Amino acid sequence: MELLSTRQAFGETLYEIMKKDERVFALTADLGESLKMGKIMEEFPERFLDTGVAEANMAGVAAGLALGSFVPVAGSFAVFLTRAFDHIRLQICQNNLHVIIVGSHGGVSNAPDGGSAHALEDIAYMRALPNMTILNPSDYNETKKALAAAIEYPGPVYFRLYREPTAQIVSSDAEFIIGKANVLKEGKDISLVASGPQAAEAIVAAEDLIKDGIDAEILALPTIKPLDEKTILTSARKTGRVVTLEDHSINGGLGSAVAEVLAENNVGRLYRLGLRQFGESGNYQDLIKKVGIDSGAISRAARDLVKGR
Amino acid sequence: MIKKQMSMSQANNSQELTQIARELRLLALRAMYQCGSGHPGSTFSTMDVLTALYFGGILKYDPAQPDWQERDYFLLSNGHAAPALYAVLAKAGYFAETELDKLRQLGAGAQGHPHRGALPGVEISSGSLGQGLSVGIGLARAAQLKKSGQKIYVMQSDGEQEEGSTWEAVMLAPKLGLDNLITIIDKNGMQIDGATKQVMPSLDPLADKYRAFGWAVKEIDGHNFDEIIPAFKEVQEEGKPLVIIANTVRGKGVSFMENSPSWHAGKITDEQYEQAKKDLMK
Repeated sequence: MELLSTRQAFGETLYEIMKKDERVFALTADLGESLKMGKIMEEFPERFLDTGVAEANMAGVAAGLALGSFVPVAGSFAVFLTRAFDHIRLQICQNNLHVIIVGSHGGVSNAPDGGSAHALEDIAYMRALPNMTILNPSDYNETKKALAAAIEYPGPVYFRLYREPTAQIVSSDAEFIIGKANVLKEGKDISLVASGPQAAEAIVAAEDLIKDGIDAEILALPTIKPLDEKTILTSARKTGRVVTLEDHSINGGLGSAVAEVLAENNVGRLYRLGLRQFGESGNYQDLIKKVGIDSGAISRAARDLVKGR
Repeated sequence: MIKKQMSMSQANNSQELTQIARELRLLALRAMYQCGSGHPGSTFSTMDVLTALYFGGILKYDPAQPDWQERDYFLLSNGHAAPALYAVLAKAGYFAETELDKLRQLGAGAQGHPHRGALPGVEISSGSLGQGLSVGIGLARAAQLKKSGQKIYVMQSDGEQEEGSTWEAVMLAPKLGLDNLITIIDKNGMQIDGATKQVMPSLDPLADKYRAFGWAVKEIDGHNFDEIIPAFKEVQEEGKPLVIIANTVRGKGVSFMENSPSWHAGKITDEQYEQAKKDLMK
């Protein structure tokens, strides 16, 4: 299977959208090439702005463009958006403006660059913001649809992308609805709930678990906020056991969001997989294995839960 | 409405603007006295420039249509001067002056710092410093692309110049040739921890810094309408954003607040309220 990155899908789709929709305005803070905006820079110089290495200003300028009736799509590496948080909070979220903030190279997907380049907190702080919607598509095809949906969605959107090319799991004709989880596989013994490219890891884990007679259900959550509580609860009530998997800190991301829903409804047993430490340099596959967010980690956690450990 | 504002400006002279500013200071003073908190220092130092913008025929606006697509924008980046903005917007007809009597109360439109959507005419939320100029750049770029002729005015404080993101914005505006962007710096020389000269001695020379980044620069007495009005009305240098450094006095008009280190914010007592009213009516 061909591996493709979600950032590639983003650049291609944004270019296609900007050809047709003159409201859309692309911004970056000196990472246009990394976010695959090359053709946009060349063909739409008026609706493209490079703010230089200045993420806070980029977010504020995007808010102003939204007030001026454009639909700004402002991207940097997710890890650098921490310094734009103040502007995102007040000028985008409290003003409640339709700005799409793009955080690329999410999680440890910028693996060889090492711990300083890994974005492990973005979903946690974006989740805490009123009005914010968080999209974290699973693969290339889903990113294309999610971006088109975000352009038409009112209010602020945080859109997470990944550097590493990963497996395709969503078919190109699947419907994408913001706020809706995808049941990738039905099962009765345990629910594997994943977001971003980790959904592909959950599929591999489910294939491994079936060897032990464990029938796993797989939910992919391309929308983290608002959370599809109904689908999560239906699945958890059926299986009684949930493992969450994400390329993010164990605190504040998908796992925390699912924990809140399960606890408030007194449903199921839960194990969260995510990072408990800062990352380090390495090959992407080796690194996700070492930090425990690969298919092997999910298989082990699922077996333990099923055995009641 | 544009015509009405323009004709108002022609009728206005400095004495009339001074009288309007006096009424607005009294209105803001009463609001801050009643609620027992607020930031009189900047509320009074910015009031004359705000009066000139809204009542001196500078800003193009229509209180009957706050969302009028062709309006100019005024953004208060130093949001703690909110009572000045509320007084001006009320006087301009965006809402009743009684809104100021609810300042800082639960459910009020007149929030402690401006909150977009809470009152008509409040364009953006502000309070965390160093954000307004960035938003102004986005609005000015949008107006430039639409060739709408709109102007974008952003008020900043001098303490706000210490924020790093302010300089990200200062650096960017000339790249876009935004000659529809005007920022006013309310240089009252004071901040929370004392005189700006002491907190950040290297902030000056401020004009040279903006000039070095490619801005057109004017320096004026921010309490003299004969300097404020021409600074706004003179044709802006083509292709350059404009900064107007308004030298002002913290707490302008109230004897015990003027240049006082303790009047960034605070509660106004009954005696102080009487004294302040007397000072302002002089």
